[in-house]
Amino acid sequence: AGSNDVSSLNLRRGATEISGQVYDLHMLMFSICVGIAVVVFGVMFVSMYLHRKSRGAKPANFHENVKVEIAWTVIPFLILIFMAVPAAKTLIAMEDTTEADLTVLVTGSQWKWHYKYMDREVEYYSLLATQREQINNRYNKGENYLLEVDRPLVIPTGQKVRFLITSDDVIHSWWVPDFAVKKDANPGFINEAWTKVDEPGIYRGQCAELCGKDHGFMPVVVIAKEPADYEAWVSEQESIQRQAREEEQRLLAMSMSKEELMSEGERVYNAACAACHMPNGEGLPGVFPALKGSVLATQNDPTAHIEIVLNGKTGTAMQAFGKMLSLKEIAAVVTYERNAWGNNTGQLIQPKDVNAVATGQ
Amino acid sequence: MSKATDIVSPDHAAADHDDHHDHHIPKGLMRWVLTTNHKDIGTLYLWFAFIMFLTGGAMAMVIRAELFQPGLQIVDPNFFNQMTTVHGLIMVFGAVMPAFTGLANWLVPMMIGAPDMALPRMNNWSFWILPFAFSILLASLFLEGGGPAFGWTFYAPLSTTYSGDSTALFVFSVHIMGISSIMGAINVIVTIFNMRAPGMTWMKMPLFVWTWLITAFLLIAVMPVLAGAVTMVLTDKFFGTSFFDAAGGGDPVMFQHIFWFFGHPEVYIMILPAFGIISQIVPTFARKPLFGYASMVYATASIALLSFIVWAHHMFTTGMPVAAEMFFMFATMLISVPTGVKVFNWVATMWRGSMTFEIPMMFALAFIVLFTIGGLSGLMLAITPVDFQYHDTYFVVAHFHYVLVTGAVFSIMAAVYYWLPKWTGRMFDITLAKWHFWCSLISVNLLFFPMHFVGLAGMPRRIPDYALQFADFNKWISIGGFAFGLSQLIFLWVMIKACRKQGEPVSSQVWEGAEGLEWEIPSPAPYHSFETPPVVK
Amino acid sequence: MQHQEYQKYYVPAQSVWPIVGAVALFLIAVGAGNFVIETTRGESGYGDNILAVGIVVLLVMLFGWFRDQINESMSGLYSDQLGRSYRQGMSWFIFSEVMFFAAFFGALFYARVIALPWLSGESNNAMTNEVLWPGFEAMWPLIETPGGVSTTAMSWSGLPTINTVILLISSVTLHFAHVGLEQGKRKQLTAMLGITILLGCGFLFLQVEEYVHAYRDLGLTLQSGIYGNTFFLLTGFHGMHVTLGTIILMVLFLRVLKGHFTHDNHFAFQAGSWYWHFVDVVWVMLYVFVYVL
Ligand code: HEA
Ligand code: HEA
Ligand code: CUA
Ligand SMILES: [Cu+2]
Repeated sequence: AGSNDVSSLNLRRGATEISGQVYDLHMLMFSICVGIAVVVFGVMFVSMYLHRKSRGAKPANFHENVKVEIAWTVIPFLILIFMAVPAAKTLIAMEDTTEADLTVLVTGSQWKWHYKYMDREVEYYSLLATQREQINNRYNKGENYLLEVDRPLVIPTGQKVRFLITSDDVIHSWWVPDFAVKKDANPGFINEAWTKVDEPGIYRGQCAELCGKDHGFMPVVVIAKEPADYEAWVSEQESIQRQAREEEQRLLAMSMSKEELMSEGERVYNAACAACHMPNGEGLPGVFPALKGSVLATQNDPTAHIEIVLNGKTGTAMQAFGKMLSLKEIAAVVTYERNAWGNNTGQLIQPKDVNAVATGQ
Repeated sequence: MSKATDIVSPDHAAADHDDHHDHHIPKGLMRWVLTTNHKDIGTLYLWFAFIMFLTGGAMAMVIRAELFQPGLQIVDPNFFNQMTTVHGLIMVFGAVMPAFTGLANWLVPMMIGAPDMALPRMNNWSFWILPFAFSILLASLFLEGGGPAFGWTFYAPLSTTYSGDSTALFVFSVHIMGISSIMGAINVIVTIFNMRAPGMTWMKMPLFVWTWLITAFLLIAVMPVLAGAVTMVLTDKFFGTSFFDAAGGGDPVMFQHIFWFFGHPEVYIMILPAFGIISQIVPTFARKPLFGYASMVYATASIALLSFIVWAHHMFTTGMPVAAEMFFMFATMLISVPTGVKVFNWVATMWRGSMTFEIPMMFALAFIVLFTIGGLSGLMLAITPVDFQYHDTYFVVAHFHYVLVTGAVFSIMAAVYYWLPKWTGRMFDITLAKWHFWCSLISVNLLFFPMHFVGLAGMPRRIPDYALQFADFNKWISIGGFAFGLSQLIFLWVMIKACRKQGEPVSSQVWEGAEGLEWEIPSPAPYHSFETPPVVK
Repeated sequence: MQHQEYQKYYVPAQSVWPIVGAVALFLIAVGAGNFVIETTRGESGYGDNILAVGIVVLLVMLFGWFRDQINESMSGLYSDQLGRSYRQGMSWFIFSEVMFFAAFFGALFYARVIALPWLSGESNNAMTNEVLWPGFEAMWPLIETPGGVSTTAMSWSGLPTINTVILLISSVTLHFAHVGLEQGKRKQLTAMLGITILLGCGFLFLQVEEYVHAYRDLGLTLQSGIYGNTFFLLTGFHGMHVTLGTIILMVLFLRVLKGHFTHDNHFAFQAGSWYWHFVDVVWVMLYVFVYVL
């Protein structure tokens, strides 16, 4: 598969027909540029060698020649037309998102991707899976350092997949080099892109628009599967997610233990909150508020705390986690935040408490 | 080239009784603070630009040190983003633009036979705003939450809803930088329109003057648009407007349109004066008149005009309709034609000349080659479908450092070496300057050339850490970066020596083959060059 | 110009005013920046004080600088060539102002012609509307934003029309003042200039009325979406320019009373009147694009 023969010197040919065309275009433009450079620099170096004073060169006195000047205006222009035609063709093909076989809604947010299959009941977040310890140089770096995620996007091979790309907060850009797809995720607008992958494989990319602190830690991983495998995978996901929703309902009647809440909470915190509020809860002064010792996380009434986690805070980077995390996860993380780092409120928050706030009771 | 003859007593001031305070140059600090003299102000601009170059360069060193190896070592990602942002802002607004303005101040009046800039007091004001503006910007780095971290392009909503409070300081410092640039540009334009010596017709003007005239026009046209953009960022962030927020009927991409309407002409603001400089230097050392003077003028004007209709080539991935993408692709490609005319003219000027390779010429030749490489990668970026792959990778970083560092900055160094003997009256330390040139030339390519490769291989820009396949090249890039940084210390040394008046005295022509009014007055150029205009035949 | 009849170009000796001006802008930038931060955070600080000091220093600078210039001009140091420098400089300054307004007009056109239609599904944005803003329809004035904030449009009849008439008349009266100056008719000059100033003040007064009306009766505020944003920023910056223009005219009025201008030497007057006409033209554009269309 294309992703495996990545050159460290050149653009890759990629895994789709389009990415191949783009590669060919790139090589064409590159050769033309090299050609021009060779001619121009060649003439210049020859002149530097031949027409040196130290070789006794006497200066000529010409300083105009209409014919030559017209020639070197017109010839470049013709070269440009020669370049423009194939470029325009490929561009039009790339922007034609009609007649797709399936559609995925891709939503960027600081600093993860969310995938939602528009015709199926499957949606999930996809986060960087590289351990913090690798980034901080405490563990050895793995093979796919910074290019691995917990839940990759899965698509079928041989089908035209349309991506609807948008964002929840700032501008991100969804980029998979092997597909030659890079489209900005603009909040409030939806951009479209498409791909049709020929061979099964794992394809890796990254967010390609500066989106704040962890812009460098926002990879994209796509797995292309044979249609049958793909179908099996989606059906399985659908049933898992259905079960999870039913589980949620059951949880409302139950209470979880402190240990359970705290360990689940720590996991969720590190995955979802630590990027901003930092693993030690101290935040980044002036940018992201501390939770350690904060009024919100220590005052007696937890409602405001639950509310902000659920709904976010408009006008700030605090997003609404209600749609990203389950009731159980929110209950756990709020419990964690209210008991970790010396925030010893001793309070346990149960899924039903979260549900009560969410439904406004 | 224009050849001035019949200079009527250039040091005419000596005969003037009514303003004898003009005779002796004021002393001490106050000379520089209160000065209205175009040469003093030019010197101030140049030193300021150099200090900013070192400051912005130091930030680049932080960037390169962090990127030396994969993993986070030296700075945290938030600070890294501040370094990238402020590096870009300082280099663009603090180093390159003021350096060109400094050169304009020194040279334009001398080249057109004027007594000074047209509006000398405003000239001083334009300069002195800058140190204040940049101290605000730099000070914001030390505030809680840090300085701007949203890239020099400050895309909304990262710069609005999601930025730190210091954004307010960023906005106002850009406002006053803008005021400074606009006033500086008005001064240049009016000087050229109104202060040319008798006989200095439009088509006799040295090309440096021509390119600056057109640059000044671009500045006046687009700096106010930048002011508008930062103002909208301010109100979006602090006053609840929604220019860049879809919920209120705005559009984040609208920010990019406004910014790049300024931003693209801005990059030509940073290269047109360079074209002028090269067009002065090459004929001198080829001992042959500039080839295609008229077409140089028309090409410059065409580049400037085209620069207003290509801005969205920075925005190909934002999801514009395909027709708009094609329009901007074709318009951008067109710019290669007039730029090519310039390159070909320089080569034709050298052709059958009688060339020598003094330091300014070395920089000029390096400029021609390396700028062209940057220009050609620009042309590749213009091809929309391939730009989807290049965009926001190190390929773009390679492109713009070739045009900016080996383009704009090399041209500035060429200019400084070319005119420095005229300014100080003495030849600079040629041996050191050679070291400076060769060290810079080698290290700068080690620094920026491999960026093409990591870019093509898929390394995004503006990231503090990267995947392992980019590690080898990044190490070499960083080594090149440190070497290039150290090479600039040689430059600093040459400049300090020159300012302390060390070196052999030079004649008024300085370089065999140099032509133009500035070479006909004594070296060092007298404090007031042309009290009475010379007559240009 | 033949060089035999060259008049010396006056190059002022050192001047203290530019550096004062630079300090003033520094204080204004620091003050305004901190003021904005402090007010949005609801803290108290020194921002407003620094800003105020900056403005005072700027006024002192302007006063001192212009006083020096007036003295130089009155003592005959200025040549025709210098006069041309000033005129050209002023023209280019006005051009830069045009471009500043262009940025905001650009935002207005972009929102109307591109952003809003796209939000309602046009061009390549069908899914934008379907998925993110179902049911949203583009309209101008945008009285209901995609986010659901509603407001009322400002009618073009009434105050705006009156203000248009006022400004148009003021341009005419200023022109006649100028004619009076050139023909040495001092009475006409003072009367017409005086009327212009009054019209300017009247305009500003009505503009304030309009803002009060917008906030109190229409619910049209700076926060009410792109319509309110462009409305207030465009009219607001225009209003600031009218204010500045009126102040300039007032200074000119005082200088006229002192007998400063002659029929062939009155650059300051010319510059002030150019500025006023420019502000007027901007208003006409505003009237058409912000109110009527
Ligand atoms: C001095 C500054 C400078 C200059 C002169 C240029 C010159 C050009 N630039 Fe560059 N550019 C930047 C500074 C500059 N640029 C910066 C700072 C950025 C990044 C901003 C950011 O995102 O931070 C950028 C980014 C940038 C992009 C966006 C890339 C992206 O983000 O995806 C593009 C795309 O079209 C582009 C194109 C061009 C082109 C076509 C030219 C042309 O003008 C080049 C013309 C020159 C030549 C072509 C070479 C000489 C010609 C010949 C020898 C003749 C023969 C040639 C032919 C006929 C083919 N530039
Ligand atoms: C004219 C403009 C200009 C100039 C001259 C430079 C000069 C340099 N730039 Fe760049 N750069 C930009 C304009 C410029 N740059 C812009 C606009 C951006 C985009 C910003 C953004 O993304 O928002 C950018 C971004 C940018 C990046 C990408 C950052 C990122 O995407 O995260 C990098 C990375 O290597 C870089 C490196 C360098 C280096 C090594 C130099 C060197 O040439 C600097 C050399 C000079 C010195 C080093 C100073 C002299 C020496 C000393 C002060 C002594 C200390 C020296 C040592 C300790 C060795 N620059
Ligand atoms: Cu998300 Cu960069
Ligand atoms: Cu550009």
